[in-house]
Amino acid sequence: MTDAIDGDWTPDRPIVSLMDVRKSFGDLEVLKGISFDVMKGEVICIIGPSGSGKSTLIRCINALNPIDSGSITVEGQEVNDPRLDKLELRKKVGMVFQQYNLFPHKTALENVMMAPVLVLKQDKASVERRARALVRKVRLEGKEDSFPGELSGGQQQRVAIARSLAMQPDIMLFDEVTAALDPETVKEVLVTIRELAEEGMTCMLVTHEMGFAREIADHIYFTDRGVIVEHGPPATFFDEAQDPRTQEFLSQIL
Amino acid sequence: MWDSIQKYFLDLAERDPTWNFIYIYDDKELERVLDGIWVTLELAVVCVLFSVAIGIVGAWLQGARSRLVQIVVQGYIQFFRNTPPLVQLLFFYFALGQFTPTFSPDGYLQQPIISNVGWAIISLSFFAGAFNIEIFRAGIEAVPQSTQEAAESLGMNRFQAYVYIVLPLAFRVSLPSLNNNLVNLVKTTTQALAIAVPELLYQLVSIYNDYSTSQNACMVLMFVVYITLVGVLVLGMNRWERRMQIPGYGG
Repeated sequence: MTDAIDGDWTPDRPIVSLMDVRKSFGDLEVLKGISFDVMKGEVICIIGPSGSGKSTLIRCINALNPIDSGSITVEGQEVNDPRLDKLELRKKVGMVFQQYNLFPHKTALENVMMAPVLVLKQDKASVERRARALVRKVRLEGKEDSFPGELSGGQQQRVAIARSLAMQPDIMLFDEVTAALDPETVKEVLVTIRELAEEGMTCMLVTHEMGFAREIADHIYFTDRGVIVEHGPPATFFDEAQDPRTQEFLSQIL
Repeated sequence: MWDSIQKYFLDLAERDPTWNFIYIYDDKELERVLDGIWVTLELAVVCVLFSVAIGIVGAWLQGARSRLVQIVVQGYIQFFRNTPPLVQLLFFYFALGQFTPTFSPDGYLQQPIISNVGWAIISLSFFAGAFNIEIFRAGIEAVPQSTQEAAESLGMNRFQAYVYIVLPLAFRVSLPSLNNNLVNLVKTTTQALAIAVPELLYQLVSIYNDYSTSQNACMVLMFVVYITLVGVLVLGMNRWERRMQIPGYGG
């Protein structure tokens, strides 16, 4: 790490830190002062009703949405800074989307290889070796030369995870990655995410899979109307929720 | 072989003066026809290439942040799309042609630096280019914002995302409309006749003005050449379209 700002960060400090983050779309304030910290290797899940700002929150962390005020730091680097080096940020933060968003004109393997070759200017042969290993890791061996349109939703989502991992990020963001999938294929994606979490990847998930959140998360955040209503480790959160809004949400969904 | 064909058409012209295929048995007229086909091909190929280049650059400029650039591109499109190509051709050659500098190769006569062929290429390319910008823009807008976001989240900048993700996808969406417009462009090259560009139509009209009995034969040749020319273009474009098809994407 030669970067002066990166130099300030050490793994004993939060890898992602949000402080009083505010964000509006027009007159609608979607994030009304969100603060929390994530430590390296932690898995956190953000849950809450639709329109509570969960996806916006996670998209702000890799600067897909700019924030209006407050501070987000990733490994000590301030995201809410006009001089932000977006490439540096995106090398650290991988993102997986609800709709997979694969590049439809590229094969599965090409999808995985594209960014390291193009953006990181890495050697093609070594990228290909790594990409093939990643495709195996997400259990899609044999599908390397298939186009996204020839794969099922669950398979596409696993290619998307491999594509993100190819950039060797330190943090992975998952934005409702199973919401568009059939119930049967949800599991294969969750298995992949669980493996990642077990390997020590820092993961932030927005999810509606309560069972999965309970099993995998170190910490759960419940958001409603732009604020964090309640948070805690899964056991306490699911069994001893205090706030009436959390209780109501959990009673509807569990 | 060729001699007997020539002889056959010479006999035919003598038997029946309404079918005088003079450009088959008269080598001088044959040369005029071949020259005309050559100029038509030249016009078609050069204008197709220029107009596609204008389309790609224009569609990129349309997405520029500068309001001024956007207004200039919009003005260009409106002007060239909403006036007849024949009027544009005449305006370029007769009006603008007066204001372009001249030079004198022989020391006596002054020649404009842009010839009538030059004006025809400029005018027709700009005409078709205006449509191409709109065609490519429609293609670009058909690429989901979320696909570009994925590119962005992988660290690509706007240029990389445009060249490697947006353009290849937009181009596939644009091909059928582009096909149409290029067919139109090739047909519109005949209007260069109005400023005496010696393309095929000009040559054939001259021939049947010189030999009025050859009129029917000239008309037949016009259709044959344009059907062949446009046919080859359409065939090529269709093959290209099929080759660019992605399995499982866009029908």
